[in-house]
Amino acid sequence: MSAVAGTHAQDQHHGPARGFSRWLLTTNHKDIGSMYLIFSFTMFLLGGTMAMVIRAELFQPGLQIVQPEFFNQMTTMHGLIMVFGAVMPAFVGLANWMIPLMIGAPDMALPRMNNWSFWLLPCAFLILVSTLFMEGGAPNFGWTFYAPLSTTYGPPSTTFFVFAIHIMGVSSIMGAINVIATVLNMRAPGMTLMKMPMFVWTWLITAFLLIAVMPVLAGVVTMVLMDINFGTSFFNAAGGGDPVLFQHVFWFFGHPEVYIMILPAFGAISQIIPAFSRKRLFGYSSMVYATGAIAMLSFLVWAHHMFTVGVPVAGQLFFMYATLLIAVPTGVKVFNWVATMFRGALSFETPMLFAVAFVILFSIGGFSGVMLAIAPADFQYHDTYFVVAHFHYVLVPGAIFGIFASAYFWLPKWTGHMYDETLGKTHFWLSFIGMNLAFFPMHFLGLAGMPRRIPDYALQFADFNMVSSIGAFMFGATQLLFVLIVVKCVKGGEKAPAKPWDGAEGLEWTLPSPAPYHTFSTPPEVK
Amino acid sequence: MADYQSYYVPEQSKWPIIATVGLGVTLYGAASIMVNSTQGASTSSAWFVFWAGILIMIYMLFGWFGSVIKESRSGLYSPQMDRSFRWGMSWFIFSEVMFFGAFFGALFYARVFAVPWLGGEGDRGSSNMLWEGFQATWPLINNPDPEAFPAPESVIGAWGLPLVNTILLVTSSFTVTIAHHALKADKRTKAKIWLGATILLALVFLFFQAEEYMHAYQELNLTLESGIYGSTFFMLTGFHGFHVMLGTLMLIIMLIRIQKGHFTADNHFGFEATSWYWHFVDVVWLGLFIFVYVI
Repeated sequence: MSAVAGTHAQDQHHGPARGFSRWLLTTNHKDIGSMYLIFSFTMFLLGGTMAMVIRAELFQPGLQIVQPEFFNQMTTMHGLIMVFGAVMPAFVGLANWMIPLMIGAPDMALPRMNNWSFWLLPCAFLILVSTLFMEGGAPNFGWTFYAPLSTTYGPPSTTFFVFAIHIMGVSSIMGAINVIATVLNMRAPGMTLMKMPMFVWTWLITAFLLIAVMPVLAGVVTMVLMDINFGTSFFNAAGGGDPVLFQHVFWFFGHPEVYIMILPAFGAISQIIPAFSRKRLFGYSSMVYATGAIAMLSFLVWAHHMFTVGVPVAGQLFFMYATLLIAVPTGVKVFNWVATMFRGALSFETPMLFAVAFVILFSIGGFSGVMLAIAPADFQYHDTYFVVAHFHYVLVPGAIFGIFASAYFWLPKWTGHMYDETLGKTHFWLSFIGMNLAFFPMHFLGLAGMPRRIPDYALQFADFNMVSSIGAFMFGATQLLFVLIVVKCVKGGEKAPAKPWDGAEGLEWTLPSPAPYHTFSTPPEVK
Repeated sequence: MADYQSYYVPEQSKWPIIATVGLGVTLYGAASIMVNSTQGASTSSAWFVFWAGILIMIYMLFGWFGSVIKESRSGLYSPQMDRSFRWGMSWFIFSEVMFFGAFFGALFYARVFAVPWLGGEGDRGSSNMLWEGFQATWPLINNPDPEAFPAPESVIGAWGLPLVNTILLVTSSFTVTIAHHALKADKRTKAKIWLGATILLALVFLFFQAEEYMHAYQELNLTLESGIYGSTFFMLTGFHGFHVMLGTLMLIIMLIRIQKGHFTADNHFGFEATSWYWHFVDVVWLGLFIFVYVI
C-alpha cells in the first residue's frame, strides 16, 4: 500500500464488522455477493412455491385448488420473481464475488453504490410481493404485462408493480455500471482484455446489455403507469396509440433480457468445462466474439415474439432471419465446449455434471428456439405450452444449472470447505430427472395445442400434465437439498485447498480458501 | 508497478441503506397517491409518506455527496478512482439516452405506423374498421375516439418559444464550456461568471417551458389526455424538462462549490460530470426540437 492519507486505508485490513450492521452497511464485494446469492435463492424458493401452486392446479383437469384469478396471479408473480428476483440477482452475486478475484482487483469499482444496488432489491420485492395482499390482488397479466391487460384491465396494484419494476431497474443499471467500471478500470497490470477469464467477458457484455435495455423497460412501465393514472393513450387506439406499441417496446427490452439471463451462465460454463477436462478452453477468442455477436444480434430480433400480432410480412421475414442468425454464434459456443471436452481427462464432480447437462439441455432449448423463430411455424406454436417448454429449457437447465454449477465450483473458495460430493451429485441427478420430467412433456402438450396460462385444460392433455406436475414437485423438493448442502458446507466439512480443482485456472485459485475478507489490495502481476 | 496507487475502498457506509429506504418510501407513497385518487379515496396520508420519502432522499443526497466531496478533497482518490467515476457517469448518461430512446421510439411508432394504419393506410390499414372515416393527420388533432380523448385545438408551433428555447439551451452549452475552460486555467472568477450565465439561461429555459405548458393546457386544450400527440409531447418534453431542472440544480451546486473554493485546475470531476450531463440534456433537446416540434 502506498501512502494514502487517513485511517481508511488501514481499516481495509480489518475483518468484517460485527452484527447485522455488517450486512446493512457493507462495502465489501464478497459480503454483497453473498447477500445477492442468498436473496436470489430465497426468491427462487418463493417463485418455486408459486410454480408448485401452478403445477398442483394443473395436476388434473378441472379447477381444484385455486380460482382462475389467483392462478393468473401465480403465473405472473412466478415469472417476475424468477426473472428479476432469482436469475438476475444470482448472476450479479456471482459477478460481485468473482470478478474482483478473477481480475485481481481489491473490490468493485464503486463499493457504496454496490451496496445500494443490492439493498434496493429486497425493497422492490417487498413492494411487488405485497401486491398479493392488496385489494384486487396481485398483477395477473403475465410477466410480460401486455397492454391492455395491464392498462385497461389491470388490478389497482399494477401501479405498485410499476414502481417495483422501477426500483429493480435502478438496481440493475447501477449493478451493471459497477461491473463495467470494474472490468474496464480495475484489471491487474498485464491482464489485457483478451486475457480475461470468459466469465468476466460475458459479464462485461451482459452489463452493456443491461444498461442498454433496463431504461427501455423503465420507459415502457412508465407509459403503462401514465396510461393507467394520467389519461395518456400510448397503448389505446382510441387516442391514436397502439397496444402493439407496448409489445415492441417491451420486447426491445425483453429479448436482450433473455441474453442477460444466459450470457453469464455461458461464461461460468466456459470456466468450469476446461477445469474438469484439464484442458484449456477451445477457441477462446471465438468465444469472446461469439458472445459479442449474440449481444449485438439480440437488439435486432425482438419482433419474433410478436409474429402473430400482425407484423408486416417484410418485418416477419427480417426478424425471422435475424433470429435464425443467432444460432450461428450460439453454435460456435456449443462446438467450443464440446471440443474442449474432446480428448480431455474428464472427471465428473458436481459442477461438471451441471455443466455437461447445461450444454446438452440448453441445446435442446436452443433447437426449440429455432423452431419458434420460423415465422410460419410460430403461428402454430404461439402461446402454447411449446413456448413454455422452450423458455424453461433455456432458463432452468440453462441459467439455473449454470448458477448451480458456479455455486458448486466456487463454494470451496467462498467457504473454505468442500461441499458433500454425494449430496451434490444427488442434488444434480434429482434436479436433472425432475426438470426433464417437468418440462419435456410440455413440448408435446404445446404441439398438441394446449394454450399457456390457463388453470384448466381439455381431457386429452391430462396424462402429460400429470407427468409434468410430478416432475415439477420432484424438482421443487430437490432444491431444499441444496439449502442443506450449502449450510453444511458453510459450517464445516473437509478443508478446501487454495485450488480444489486440479484443472482450474485463474487468479481466484491463487488465493487461500476461504478467500480473505480483503484480497488483492495490491494487484498481482499477470503475465 | 511504480505508478500504482492504492485504490480507495470506502469503509462501511450508512448512505446506501438510507437511500434504499428513501427511494422505497417515496415510490410507495407515489403509488399510493395514484391508486387512492383513482379509487376516490383520501390521499392525504399517502402524500405524507411521499414527502417523508423525499426528505429522506434529500438528507441522503447531502450526506452521500458530502462524504464523497470530503474524501476527494482530503486526497483519498487516485487517478484510477477518477477513471471509475468517469466510466460510471458516462454509462449512466448512456442509460438515460436509452430511456429517452423508449419515448422517441413510441413517438416514431405512432407517427409512422399506428396513426396511418388507423387511417386505413398500408399493411394494417384494416385497423380503419375500428373508427371508420378516421382521417390520419400529424399532428393528430382529430382523435379516433374524440369522446374518450378530446383532441387538442392545435399544437405548439416550432418557431416561437421552442426556437427561443433551442437558442437558450445551445448557448448554455457554450457558456458551460467556457466556464470549464476558465476553471482549467484556474481563472475562478471567469468560471463563476460563465457558470452563472449558464444557470441563468437554464432558468429562463425552464420559465419558457412552463409558459408553454400553461398555454397548451389553458388555451389549446393540448394535455396529457388529448390523445397520442399530447401523450408523446408531454412525456418527452416533460421528462426533458425534469432533467433540465436536475441539471440546473447540479449547476447551482457547482457554482456554490466553486464559491467555497472547491476544485482545482486539474481536479474537478464533479464539475465535469455536471457539464457532461448538461450537454446530454442539450442534445436531447435538439432531438426534441427536430422530431417533436419541427417535423
